[in-house]
Amino acid sequence: MFYREAGQFKTSYIADSQIFPIRQDRIGMAILLAVAFVGIPLIGSEYWFSAILIPFLVFALAALGLNILTGYAGQLSLGSAAFMAVGAYAAYNFQLRVEGIPILLSFILAGCCAAAVGVLFGLPSLRIKGFYLAVATLAAQFFVIWVLTKFPWFSNDSSSGVISAQKIDLFGIAINSPVRKYLFVLAIVCVMALLAKNLVRSSTGRAWMAVRDMDVAAEVIGIRLMQTKLLAFAVSSFFCGVAGALYAFCYLGSVEPDGFSLDLSFRILFMIIVGGVGSILGAFLGSAFILLLPIFLDNVLPPLATWLHLPFTNATVSHIQMMLFGALIIFFLIVEPHGLARLWQITKEKLRLWPFPH
Amino acid sequence: MKNLKRIMLAMAAAASLLAPALPAMAQASDQFIAIPSYRVGPYGTNGQSYYGGYIDYLSYVNLKEGGINGVKLSWEECETEYNNAKGVECYERLKGKNPVTKGTAINAMATGIAYALIDKTAEDKVPLLMVGYGRTDAVDGSVFPYAFPLVTTYQMQVSAIVKYLASKNNGSLAGKKIVFLYHDSAYGKEPIVALEAEATLGKFKLVQIPVAHPGNEQGAQWLKIRQENPDYVIFWGWGVMNQTALKAAQKVGFARDKIIGSWWAGSEEDTVPAGDAAKGYLSATWNVSGKSVPLIADIEKVVYGAGKGNMQDKAKIGSILYNRGVSAALATVEAIRTAQAKYGKGKLMSGEDVRWGLENLNITNARLQQLGASGLLPEIKTSCDNHEGSGKIKIQQWDGGKWVLVSDWIEGNKNLIHPLFKASAAKYAKEKGITPACMK
Repeated sequence: MFYREAGQFKTSYIADSQIFPIRQDRIGMAILLAVAFVGIPLIGSEYWFSAILIPFLVFALAALGLNILTGYAGQLSLGSAAFMAVGAYAAYNFQLRVEGIPILLSFILAGCCAAAVGVLFGLPSLRIKGFYLAVATLAAQFFVIWVLTKFPWFSNDSSSGVISAQKIDLFGIAINSPVRKYLFVLAIVCVMALLAKNLVRSSTGRAWMAVRDMDVAAEVIGIRLMQTKLLAFAVSSFFCGVAGALYAFCYLGSVEPDGFSLDLSFRILFMIIVGGVGSILGAFLGSAFILLLPIFLDNVLPPLATWLHLPFTNATVSHIQMMLFGALIIFFLIVEPHGLARLWQITKEKLRLWPFPH
Repeated sequence: MKNLKRIMLAMAAAASLLAPALPAMAQASDQFIAIPSYRVGPYGTNGQSYYGGYIDYLSYVNLKEGGINGVKLSWEECETEYNNAKGVECYERLKGKNPVTKGTAINAMATGIAYALIDKTAEDKVPLLMVGYGRTDAVDGSVFPYAFPLVTTYQMQVSAIVKYLASKNNGSLAGKKIVFLYHDSAYGKEPIVALEAEATLGKFKLVQIPVAHPGNEQGAQWLKIRQENPDYVIFWGWGVMNQTALKAAQKVGFARDKIIGSWWAGSEEDTVPAGDAAKGYLSATWNVSGKSVPLIADIEKVVYGAGKGNMQDKAKIGSILYNRGVSAALATVEAIRTAQAKYGKGKLMSGEDVRWGLENLNITNARLQQLGASGLLPEIKTSCDNHEGSGKIKIQQWDGGKWVLVSDWIEGNKNLIHPLFKASAAKYAKEKGITPACMK
């Protein structure tokens, strides 16, 4: 009823190749963007911007990067946090060492640095697959952190190895308040999400998916494996690198190599698993789920405990969070292995038939 | 229609669940203190004792004196799990709970979180307390007006340790070899600059050996130490890494009384689990352990007598970390008191007011005696130039059952170390475009 495409005809190739072929989707997207760019800055509190929305967007971007590599190109990777670290430290160094470099340029260059490192660690993917490749990318995780700790040049000889992000100045506008940082991150994430969406719709994306589904068959039909796989690594690492730069500059403000541990890589991996492997929307849903659930429980459990007269301490809350988290991930994997994005898709299909399902 | 009804019902249920989650405003008349703490995760046991002591002292002030000049203290904890991102989230959440006091003084007992909060707290005008840890160059208050590495910093501590070792060798370490075994993180790396300066000055050989987080595997490092055969090992560990080191030292036969740990490597949480291996081990400390301090005994009587104690394991009352938590809370409360003396007794102090209090803190021995905390911690006298306020430590030794003090207060080599702070702070100011200036 609400979601019916009857009467919407596509009469040209352009109309046929739109990202959102159904009018309701287009309207929905426009409303969503309007809310994100105009509505939320008007009503959101500082806490929402700096503790929830900015990390949500940053991690969504990182998950998007991993999803391109793992979800679309089928190359398992455990090195996302390392590529984020490369991006963060590269952006810091470009800002520090190149006088007057625009922040956006240093973010792009940081992404390129991460892409170069990604390609380097993607080379083994030409020979090995699956779990073996995951272990090879694990090397990136340890190597990058080791390099950043070992050579003080990267942290400008800081005695503790911690870098502190410089102030952001975008064409004369200081990005200093939480709202501005949020809008800045949002704009970058929107542009890059659009880029990702178009990439996976193009011949490149189809080549990635062909390689993912069966690389021998892909090679037979004329897809060059080396280029396709390495391109996937480069693009994925670029996204992760930019996410890392945003993480350092707009969220934490200061980072140390240890912050980009294997733990973070796993979190990003969980995000795409829960959100939906091989889906752009899934990266956003997964990031929201993994980030917001603990905060939600943090807020709900203590009042609930007082209400039920249970002796709760903060530590108990933390433990319950972990247990619930594990249980929910298992639940999702059993009930809907394709993640939240697939659930959303099913909902849309149901809505299309509602109220007369057949 | 049935489905719609079901959806509506589900939404109503969700809303009723969410309703208690709406931020409960802290009592507006209380001095609200934000406590980003950790009681789970790799360093959870340490956090339990430390924040137990911290909160017990705040309860004590409320019970004994009815607050500070009649202003009751209130607080809320937020679990950070020693994780930087979670620490930032906690800070953002807690600072909004009371519009006047914000967080009063943030003390996360994690160098990484403190680093992440330095800029944010300065922007929000909330003092950041790093009692005995954190960014060393924040001692320079003209560059870091809102950050306070109170009592003493890692660099002054390592300098004091070197001074102690020299005193054991007729005043000179020339020609000796010292291994610096450290947690490979911001925490472990802070003292290196100072130690290198000391090595050049004292003409001893320095070997640096890092241990990866969390440090429960140190076989290779201790084999290297056995090869190097140093005269002393200066040890910068935290959490599970400490007991591992002591056991590994026992395994390779390195004398424990030649190992001297930092103050975060010198608590009962480290030595008791190591058992026999810990006997004879030395460590620095800036607060003494035990219930012989009248304040600690009184806290136990007043707070636990009223059934408001925070420690689940009461045996740990009086342990090093418990007393350290009490000391940190004591410094916070004294800062609020100092601020009240200037801005009005019995009023709520804002972040800016407490910042002034911290910068003009003067906890003398007489004052400590008044509080019943004589000898618990060194005297603290801060200024804009010196946010550290003391720079003194004691050395203690584990006798197999308790910590025994083996030295009096030792002050690090200020003339050597303070210029290092200044240089580092100046570099930071240049990087960030800050013009150093003292705040009034």
